Amino acid sequence: MTLTPVAPTIRSRPVYAPLAAVPGHLHLVIADGEGAEAVTDMLERAPDAAGFLALTHFLYCPGPTGTDLSDRLQALGAMQFFRAPTIPALLPRLQRVLTDAHMGSRFYLAGSEGLIGQAERDIMATGFPFAAIQKEHRGSTLRRVQCVHCKGITENVATDPFQCSHCGLNLFVRDHYSRRLAAFQGVNIDAEDPGEVPESVVRFT
Amino acid sequence: MSGVAKLAVRVADVVPVNDLVTRFRFEARDGSLLPAFSGGAHTVVEMDDHGTRRLNPYSLMSDPGDRSGYEISVRRDDAGRGGSLFMHRHVRPGMEMVLSHPVNLFGLDSRARKYLMIAGGIGITPFLSQIAQLSRTGGRFELHYAARNPALGSYMDRLQAAHPDRVQCYFDDDGQQIDLARVLSRQPIGTHLYVCGPKGMIAWVLGTAERMGWPPQSLHSEEFIAPPVGQPFTVELAASGHTLNVGAAQSLLEAIEASGVDAPYLCRGGACGQCETKVIRCDGQLLHNDHWLTPEEQAEGRKIMPCVSRAAGGTLVIDR
Repeated sequence: MTLTPVAPTIRSRPVYAPLAAVPGHLHLVIADGEGAEAVTDMLERAPDAAGFLALTHFLYCPGPTGTDLSDRLQALGAMQFFRAPTIPALLPRLQRVLTDAHMGSRFYLAGSEGLIGQAERDIMATGFPFAAIQKEHRGSTLRRVQCVHCKGITENVATDPFQCSHCGLNLFVRDHYSRRLAAFQGVNIDAEDPGEVPESVVRFT
Repeated sequence: MSGVAKLAVRVADVVPVNDLVTRFRFEARDGSLLPAFSGGAHTVVEMDDHGTRRLNPYSLMSDPGDRSGYEISVRRDDAGRGGSLFMHRHVRPGMEMVLSHPVNLFGLDSRARKYLMIAGGIGITPFLSQIAQLSRTGGRFELHYAARNPALGSYMDRLQAAHPDRVQCYFDDDGQQIDLARVLSRQPIGTHLYVCGPKGMIAWVLGTAERMGWPPQSLHSEEFIAPPVGQPFTVELAASGHTLNVGAAQSLLEAIEASGVDAPYLCRGGACGQCETKVIRCDGQLLHNDHWLTPEEQAEGRKIMPCVSRAAGGTLVIDR
């Protein structure tokens, strides 16, 4: 398993790169599911993995398809390891850590786009430059999608089109992405001809 | 016409600040409000120095909320090419002058949670307008300001009186130096760093911050360099077909302009990138003085910034 490839489409669609250890006094590593492997791969390449781990705080939760590599990350012996059952349970911990964080802290996000996007959104809200947040997409390609009509967000969208879990509209999943909302945009596909909905196909797994 | 649109102004006030620094206030000749600017912006002042045209960039130091005039502070450089000496010796209240529209290459990133400002000497000027701007919006800042001694610490009194717990001053003559590692280590996440001052200070601050894990996107610096004096050299302008001699105290850009060719420029201090020009051939050596081109681009020798850079030891051919 390596970096999940992203087909180049529009500029708004996020792209990712392999994580790399950089100088800092705190390494905040936030991962879910297969993202743990991006972390272990980075440590193999790091010139001083032990020194890096001594300054590392892991926040980890299982991925959207059930992959749980908690044991592997915990066994690395980092300064701090925190496991949450889900992304919504992980994010309050991140916000707490950010409250006390100082410049010189570095951020590494790995795993599903939902986890990466929501962690990026919260880190960015502190004023930290988003371009300095490292992100490596691994594992599931399930999408977090905002319905542009009712504004409700549906997690783990697999098919395109799909039905909005809030207002029930049939939504086409765009590559148009909002960093602020940490979500792809879903647009009503049968607005002109209600009921004429193309067959739903599984695009995200 | 290259550069940005011009402003017809009159000198409203000339105030000596200390032995080296004088403040100038400009107001529109027709009494109208001047264009809005943001903290950190600069203007290019046009001078007619007894037949020699000089264009020097200076940071605007006045409150961006006050458009009735612009203020700059000029440090006299007795060994320079003469722009600051002209300002000090010849500019008097009532004189008509021309300024460029303000341009900001050192603007405050409004996403920052806090601004850490580090100033050396006359590098304080952009921070004065930035602090005025932040005082209106309630933005959080911390200023560390180093000067040779209290007498040469322009505007220190004013800053310390207005913001006693946010301004820290240091004096070289007393051997005081900012404890940079300590200051950098205690800044909340989301802080952006702004530094303006002498070249060595900027390099020290940026280098230390990068080593301590500050990402480049959070680091902002500004240093306008005056075109250095050098050996005269010859340049061929391939596009316009002129061959020119660049004098010792003249910049390549000034020589191009003197030949009647309208070349692009903005800051004239090696910072903005506007005057970037393709090098077609260089038999000698390019003397890069800008901080626009990357070290790799400078080594490659395919581009030159005519506002501050020169050539030596052979003919230079550029695409202009």
